[in-house]
Amino acid sequence: MTEEAKTRRTAGLFDLRYIIATLFGVFGIVLLIMGLVDFTDAAAAKTGGININLWVGIVMIVVAALFGIWAWLRPVVIEAQVRPEDMLTPGERR
Amino acid sequence: MHVLADANLRLDASAIDYVLVAVYFVLVLGIGFLAQRSVNNSLDFFLSGRSMPAWVTGLAFMSANLGAVELVGMTANGAQYGVPTVHFYWIGAVPAMVFVGLVMMPFYYGAKVRSLPQFLLRRFGKFAHLVNSISFALAQVAQAGINLFLLATVVEALLGWNLWLSVAVAAVIVLAYTTLGGLSAAIYTEVLQFFVIVAMLVPLTIVGLHRVGGWSGLVDKIQGSSTANDAAAQLSSWPGSNLTSIGNSTLSVLGIVFGLGFVLSFGYWTTNFAEIQRALSAKSVSAARRTPLIAAYPKTLIVLVIFIPGMIAAVLSGPFAKCKAELVAGAAKCSNGYEPNDAIQLLIKDVLPNGMLGVAIAGLIASFMAGMAANVSSFNTVFTYDIWQSYVRKDRPDGYYLRIGRIVTIVGCVLAVGGAAIAMGFNNIMTYLQDLFSFFNAPLFATFIIGLFWKRMTAAAAGWSLIAGTLSAVIVNILGKVEVLPVSGQGLSFISAIAAFVIDIAVAVAVTAVTKPRPDSELTGLVWSLTDRKALRRSEASDDRGWYRKPVVVGMGALVLAVALNIIFW
Repeated sequence: MTEEAKTRRTAGLFDLRYIIATLFGVFGIVLLIMGLVDFTDAAAAKTGGININLWVGIVMIVVAALFGIWAWLRPVVIEAQVRPEDMLTPGERR
Repeated sequence: MHVLADANLRLDASAIDYVLVAVYFVLVLGIGFLAQRSVNNSLDFFLSGRSMPAWVTGLAFMSANLGAVELVGMTANGAQYGVPTVHFYWIGAVPAMVFVGLVMMPFYYGAKVRSLPQFLLRRFGKFAHLVNSISFALAQVAQAGINLFLLATVVEALLGWNLWLSVAVAAVIVLAYTTLGGLSAAIYTEVLQFFVIVAMLVPLTIVGLHRVGGWSGLVDKIQGSSTANDAAAQLSSWPGSNLTSIGNSTLSVLGIVFGLGFVLSFGYWTTNFAEIQRALSAKSVSAARRTPLIAAYPKTLIVLVIFIPGMIAAVLSGPFAKCKAELVAGAAKCSNGYEPNDAIQLLIKDVLPNGMLGVAIAGLIASFMAGMAANVSSFNTVFTYDIWQSYVRKDRPDGYYLRIGRIVTIVGCVLAVGGAAIAMGFNNIMTYLQDLFSFFNAPLFATFIIGLFWKRMTAAAAGWSLIAGTLSAVIVNILGKVEVLPVSGQGLSFISAIAAFVIDIAVAVAVTAVTKPRPDSELTGLVWSLTDRKALRRSEASDDRGWYRKPVVVGMGALVLAVALNIIFW
């Protein structure tokens, strides 16, 4: 196990949490802008007056920030060195 | 399937909406390319190198099941039957998910099998293994085809795209990320899909409720539009007679609890490899056990934003409300061409403005693609390991099987497109097949569970019980369809599943009595009484510590939540 501890490294950019943050970040900004500049009467008629793009946009940006902060504070540590025999099923072990 | 004039469902999607959909596609493809870098051997490709954290596998576990069939079908149930739809979640999923995590998973993960058929191989030998591998592989390909076909019909109705264009685009995207990144890409995409679907459903529910005047407004409108009896049936979860089409209350409750809650749902969640594969990719036995348990929480809650939008759609949209009234009155089809499956699309069209519309379209397409990706990624694993490596080409180097896995993924996608083409021509057959799959797992569950707790059960008993159980389900279902048996709809699925389960057990016991059991020494780790379960559950990973990560605590929490919600909606 000490072998493994030495070879730990962070997973870098390919952390799913950054991808979730990116998705919600982009979605959130687009929706927020839509809500601010394009809240038409037609849209208001559909939603019964709620500016849903604005609110969902804000929530998405907050969620994106939370995922980003979580991933930044607690990066994924992966064990790079896995003993090859761990990958075999017991029957295949020599 | 859809004869309704497409214009009735057509969304006026704007450029902005397409931009949001495109952003989603780009991220999904990006995941495929990034995941490819971490694929070095076949275990990476088929089981993500057993490295996933529990929250990721848990959300993927839940999400792999939140495919299009589920999303469209359950909002339809909400529209047609109302509150009793919750039984598919609180009775028909959560207890089984907790059971898988606490009881079955230590055996699956502990045996270090790479697929569930492989677990059957260890426990029962080649006969049962071959029967199960082949039926599973066929079922997954057919289901991938159904998912693809449904995607195409919905995209055509919503956006006006050509059926074949949608099939081709979806198949190529799924093919790209699953071939490149294997299971990791499929799992990551499923988690992403989960968040997009939540981002679609929650605003849809909030705006919808606002439009009808809140929950009390919705209740008023339903009471105002149907007879007192029908309204009461739609507004309380028990006895759910409208859902089961079993008139007697006691029998209806028994049907739900035993048919749906026990046989169908335990069958599905304990033996469906497309689900279990997500847990097997977890990085420790503790994470694997927590996978279905963590999944149980979103599973419990998400039904609230599924059945409520369904109910709202059926009061907000005039023609659709008329359709529902006809169905509730006993008509088999609506005279105006609408059908319950239109519920979610109609509500999206009615209440979401451009912007949110793009999120919703991305969410819908995401759920279709993720459903197909789950089918394809479990198909390639079972085909490569359980059919190709076990019976056709043994003892090749690992790189060979990785290559085969990628080729099989392509073949699977091509077959799925073929399946979609068949579905376009003969969609009654496909609807029927889909019905069959809903109880295919019942006999498998019976065989698994007896095999786990009864060490004497023999290899021959496993193979024959699987065959007999599956056949009896098919026969009962056909008898119901040709109206020899007086049940239809959901009730028929429940009864087919119960028949399969009972016949499977009977055949297993009978065949075991006349065949020779395997010696105990070969069954360690595969049978309850011969296994040191403490050793199986021991986990050394540092992030498995803490009382709140104990599987028992996580599982009991999910059950308490489901019971509490059940009481609220009694």
